[in-house]
Amino acid sequence: MNTIEMEVDVLVIGGGTAGPMAAAKAKEKNPALRVLVMEKANVKRSGAISMGMDGLNNAVIPGHATPEQYVKEITVANDGIVNQKTVMKYATSSFDMIQELDSWGVKFEKDETGDYAVKKVHHIGTYVLPMPEGHNMKKVLYRQLKKRRVEITNRLMATRLLLDEGGAIAGAMAVDSRTADFYVIRSKTVILATGAAGRLGMPSSGYLFGTYENPTNAGDGYSLAYHAGAELSGIECFQINPLIKDYNGPSCAYVTGPFGGYTANANGDRFIECDYWSGQMMMEFYKELEGGNGPVFLKMDHLAEETISTIEEILHTNERPSRGRFHEGRGLDYRTGMVEMHISEIGLCSGHSGSGVWVNEHAETTVPGLYAAGDLACVPHNYMLGAFVYGKLAGESAAEYCASHALPPVDNAQVEAERKRVWGPLDVVDGLPPGQVEYKLRRMVNDYLQPPKVTRKMEIGLQRFAEIEEDLSRMSATNPHELMRAMEIHAIRDCAEMAAQASLYRKESRWGLYHYRVDYPEKNDADWFVHVQVKKDANGNMSCFTRPIEPYIVALDEEEKTAYQKLRIVKEPAAA
Amino acid sequence: MTYALNRVTVPVTVDEEKCIAAKGCTVCVDVCPLDILAIDLAKGTAYMKFDECWYCMPCEKDCPTGAVHVDIPYLLR
Repeated sequence: MNTIEMEVDVLVIGGGTAGPMAAAKAKEKNPALRVLVMEKANVKRSGAISMGMDGLNNAVIPGHATPEQYVKEITVANDGIVNQKTVMKYATSSFDMIQELDSWGVKFEKDETGDYAVKKVHHIGTYVLPMPEGHNMKKVLYRQLKKRRVEITNRLMATRLLLDEGGAIAGAMAVDSRTADFYVIRSKTVILATGAAGRLGMPSSGYLFGTYENPTNAGDGYSLAYHAGAELSGIECFQINPLIKDYNGPSCAYVTGPFGGYTANANGDRFIECDYWSGQMMMEFYKELEGGNGPVFLKMDHLAEETISTIEEILHTNERPSRGRFHEGRGLDYRTGMVEMHISEIGLCSGHSGSGVWVNEHAETTVPGLYAAGDLACVPHNYMLGAFVYGKLAGESAAEYCASHALPPVDNAQVEAERKRVWGPLDVVDGLPPGQVEYKLRRMVNDYLQPPKVTRKMEIGLQRFAEIEEDLSRMSATNPHELMRAMEIHAIRDCAEMAAQASLYRKESRWGLYHYRVDYPEKNDADWFVHVQVKKDANGNMSCFTRPIEPYIVALDEEEKTAYQKLRIVKEPAAA
Repeated sequence: MTYALNRVTVPVTVDEEKCIAAKGCTVCVDVCPLDILAIDLAKGTAYMKFDECWYCMPCEKDCPTGAVHVDIPYLLR
C-alpha cells in the first residue's frame, strides 16, 4: 500500500449532484484553477440521482411562483427555523439554473406553448416541474465535466480534512477502496458535496443497504465537517420519509399527485390535505399508520388507464426504476390495488428536511476555505435544484478564495495520525467484522433515536454509541472494500452521536414527527425559536449551542404561519 | 475470534453466456455505486461479490450485452 500525494486548488468531495456543478462553476470562474472531483463510487453513476430524477420539487419559475412566496412556504414548512437569506438566494437563482440545465440538454416538461408545465404539490405555492425524461441527468453532468477539463478520481473515500495552524482548510486525506492506498491531497479549498447521512437508521426490512438514500451516502461529509471544527445545524430535525413499505423508496406522491393520486388510509379515504413532505405531514401519516384506520396507502386505482400508463412510464424508468419490478413481484397493479406505505428509518439530510452543515448564502461553512452544497448543506428542503444552485455558489466562492490565498503547508502530525487510523483495521487480526458492527450500531439508532423521542432512551443510546466507539478500533478489514465500510462506520457513529446530542439539547417539540419529544410535547417559541448548532469544541468534545434566527427578510402573516399545522382533513359532521 | 459462514442469495445475477468480461468489459463493476460487483478471473464473468445492493439498476441498464439482471433483495421482496 502506497501513500500518494496530490496538489490542487479546489477539491470537490462527492461527484453526485452538487459536486459536478461546483467543479464546473469553479472552472468557469477561473479556467486556470486545478479542480479535482473526488468520488467514492464512479462519477458516471454516483449519488442520489444515479438513475436520474423524475422532477424538480422546488422550481421557482416566473409566472408560476415568486421567490418571496417560496421563502414563505419553506419558512412555514420548516416551522420557522430557517436563515431566510439562504432560502432566498436559492429562490432567486432557481430559474437561471433551470435555464442553464435546459441549455445543457436536461429535458423538463413543457406545455403546448413552450412554457414550463409546473404542478402544484406544496400547501401554498406551485413549484413541481416534472422531468419525464430525467434519466439522463448524470450523462449531462459528466459531459460538462469533460468539456471543462475537470480532473476526476473515482473510488476514493475522504476520511479527514487537513487544517492549517489557524484552522483553515489545507486539503484532505482519503483511502482507495480498491487498493487501500492512502492519499494526501493538498488544496486551498474543499467543497463538501457528499450527500445525506442515509445509512443512519436501519430499514425495517433489516437489509442494511435497503435504505431510502443511496446507501453509499453514509454521512461521511457530516463527520468530515465535524472533525474540521465546522458548525452543523438542525441535526435534531431528522429526515423521515413516507415510502413504499419494504421496498423503502418513494412511491412517489409528487409525481402521482398532479395526476390525481393521493395518500389514503385503509378505507381509501384521503386524510391529509397536502402530500408535500414535511414534519407535520409525517406526524399525520404516523398517526394514521398507527391508528385504527391504518395502515397508509398511495391510491391510484381510481385513475383512467392512460393516466396510469403515464405514471408507470415515469416511475418505472426514473430515480428508482426497480419499484416496478417490486410491485410486479407482489402482484400489485396500480389499476386494481393501493400501494402499501410505511415510514422510513431516520437519516440526516437538508435536501428533504433541515439537518446539515451550516452554510451562509455563499455556501461558506464556518471553517475558512470549506464550502458545502447539496443534501448535507443546511438549506432546508433544498432538493436537487437546490443542490445545483448551492453547488454553483460553492464553486464560485471557492474560486474567489483561491485568488487571495496561498496553498497552506501540510502538518505531518495530522497525516501520520490519520494514516494510522485508516490503515488500522488492516492490521487487526481476528477483529470484529465491520458488517456486524454496523448492524448493531444502526439497530441501536432505531431503538433509541427513532421518534417519538424519549429523553432517557436517547441518554441510553449515547452510552451505547460510546461503547461502540470502543469497538471501532477492534474492527478488522480483510480487503480494501471492507476497509471502506469500516471507515464509513466511524462516520455513521459520529452522526448517531450528533443526532442524539442535538435532540436532547432542544427541549421542545418541533417539525411534527421529525423532533417529537414525548416529555416536551409542545412547541416553545419563547425559548426555542433558535437554531441548534453542534460543533467539536476546543477540548475535542461534542458541544451544542444556539444561534439566533436572523431577522426575516420576508414577513409571514398569521394565516400563513399556521398553514402547515392544519394538514389533517377535518370532516364535516353528517347532517342529522 | 472464530467466524461463521452464512449463506445468502444475492439480487444481482449475471448470464455467463452473455457476459463479455473475458473480452475486458468492466462496465457493471465500474458503474455500481456500492462497488459490490467483481470479475471472476477464472471464469471471465462478472458476479455480485458483496451483499450490499441498493437495487438501483445502473449495472443492468449500462450492460452492453444485457447479461446483468437486478432482482429485489429477498428480504424486501
